[in-house]
Amino acid sequence: MAIQTPSLELGAPLVQATAAAAGRGYWKSVARRLRRDPVTVICAAVLLLLVASALAAPWLGLADPYKTSMLRRLYPLGSPNHLLGTDELGRDMLSRLIYGGRLSLFMGVTPVVCALLIGGLLGITAGFVGGRTNMAIMRVMDVFYAFPSVLLAISLSGAMGAGTENTLLSLTLVFIPPICRVSESVTTQVRGFDFVDAARASGAGALTIVRVHVLGNVLGPILVYATSLISVAIILAAGLSFLGLGVKPPEPEWGLMLNTLRQAIYVNPVLAALPGVMIFITSICFNMMSDGLRAAMDVKA
Amino acid sequence: MDTMLPVDRGGPAQPLLLASGLRKHFPVGGGILGRGRKVVRAVDDLTLSVAKGETLGVVGESGCGKSTVARLLIRLIKPDTGTMVLDGDPVDEPHGITVNELRRQVQMVFQDSYASLNPRLTIAETLAFAPKAHGLPAAEARDRVRDLLSKVGLDPNNYAERYPHELSGGQRQRVNIARALALRPRLVILDEAVSALDKSVEAQVLNMLVDLKSELGLTYVFISHDLNVVQYLSDRVLVMYLGKIVELGPVEAIYGAPQHPYTRALLSARPSMDPRRRTREAPIQGDPPNPIDPPSGCRFRTRCPFAEDVCGRVEPLLADTGRQEVACHMHVAGSGHSKAVAA
Repeated sequence: MAIQTPSLELGAPLVQATAAAAGRGYWKSVARRLRRDPVTVICAAVLLLLVASALAAPWLGLADPYKTSMLRRLYPLGSPNHLLGTDELGRDMLSRLIYGGRLSLFMGVTPVVCALLIGGLLGITAGFVGGRTNMAIMRVMDVFYAFPSVLLAISLSGAMGAGTENTLLSLTLVFIPPICRVSESVTTQVRGFDFVDAARASGAGALTIVRVHVLGNVLGPILVYATSLISVAIILAAGLSFLGLGVKPPEPEWGLMLNTLRQAIYVNPVLAALPGVMIFITSICFNMMSDGLRAAMDVKA
Repeated sequence: MDTMLPVDRGGPAQPLLLASGLRKHFPVGGGILGRGRKVVRAVDDLTLSVAKGETLGVVGESGCGKSTVARLLIRLIKPDTGTMVLDGDPVDEPHGITVNELRRQVQMVFQDSYASLNPRLTIAETLAFAPKAHGLPAAEARDRVRDLLSKVGLDPNNYAERYPHELSGGQRQRVNIARALALRPRLVILDEAVSALDKSVEAQVLNMLVDLKSELGLTYVFISHDLNVVQYLSDRVLVMYLGKIVELGPVEAIYGAPQHPYTRALLSARPSMDPRRRTREAPIQGDPPNPIDPPSGCRFRTRCPFAEDVCGRVEPLLADTGRQEVACHMHVAGSGHSKAVAA
């Protein structure tokens, strides 16, 4: 074509322009806004600390979380060698709380990630394809929706038996319907925009359109929602353990610790509440971070 | 030579696009099993042809099915019935071309310049999307993006890496036009493409459209409710009312000597620049009837000052009056209307 001449000498400025634009991209601006939000930064720091300490637990020089001692039962907070005291079997609380974070955080994040993959896929498919496919997928989800999520998790775990894997499975199943519904509604909304029509009018395949035009616009809201579910997952997992349907003793896990320390509540109430405090801090941090994320993304690009 | 450049096949006399009997009814509500459903008759048995190199203007009130026509022509929605022929090739039929091939040769510019650009993509990414989807290598796609941007009067160095929200409405609409040109189409459907722009920007974009048309040998279907803009741009004009064509003809004939009462009413509703010629009364009253249950016979009869019995009984067909085609009993000899010439 005759009109392509200008492109010859303009290679260098284009590279420059790309570098400049990288600092103005949507996700970059979201990150910039997040950094300016002190609450989100603090919550993220606390969560990071929890995750890091849980991951690095074996190398922190902590006491053995499984070592019991009938002599050192229910030491109060601030005891020598036991900063946070000991539990009803004389195990070091600090060590158990940090080790407990491994399972509790794992059980909070994993089901949400799995449900995000499955529910997100189903929801985006339902929203983008529409029609009968949408009908089929969403009505199946409605069946799951008919049960309260706590009840569903308890009955699924009860039916499959206690244990970490079954808890993960039942929590994943519980979280698929809400994530699917959120994905479906944002996808349906994005699908209605003219730019998706324009992409269809260009003759591009459905997968290409979803990858280029839909994912970038729906991933944000879905991720925000999923983050808020992590705290629910942690609480549900702890609840299942508390009921004896989740993790089995002597494994350290916050919900289970809350259960076993129940008897000590009149002897040393502060000690008995510690696992609850951990659950509270973690879930509120995830919630606040989800709110911050929403606020940071809730702008016209 | 570029393999993506469509070639003229049938010669200048063959219409570029021929649509016949296009019909689209949208179901609304109704029974779960589809029984007893009501339908919106958005487009009803519409037949039109677009000649090579012309600009066909489509005018009508809001809700008369203009945008549905645009989406039918590019097959964003599938017609219930009707056939389309693109330069001699039937579309979506055994021996014809595929819908995808149609979409490569026919492109569309949307009205809402903001909603029609993906907010997460840069202008360059948006423009490169279609060529890349059709297999153009990245380097060539980048060249084409630069080429397209300069064609629509935007400096590639300045605009290629911007995001839609960093552009003004007029600039965004230029990008939309560039996107429609990215696959080097032969026919561009402009659905209210300049309606959302303010007057000065609108004039610039219109002039650009005229230039692009002659430069690239394009054919336009220009859909608008703005009668002045249609008059400025079009060679032929099609007037729609409730999903039907009421009048079709050369722009001079339609604007100079409108035949259908609806066209006359539309044209007299145009605001005049001369304060001494102000419009004294509303040329037609009320809103168009509900397209779910359109009037029998002539659809315009409920608002037509010349409506008679025959208009409710018989549906008028498009009839040639010499210069233009009109769907009105008053212009059909022996139709039974008192103003019609006796047979």
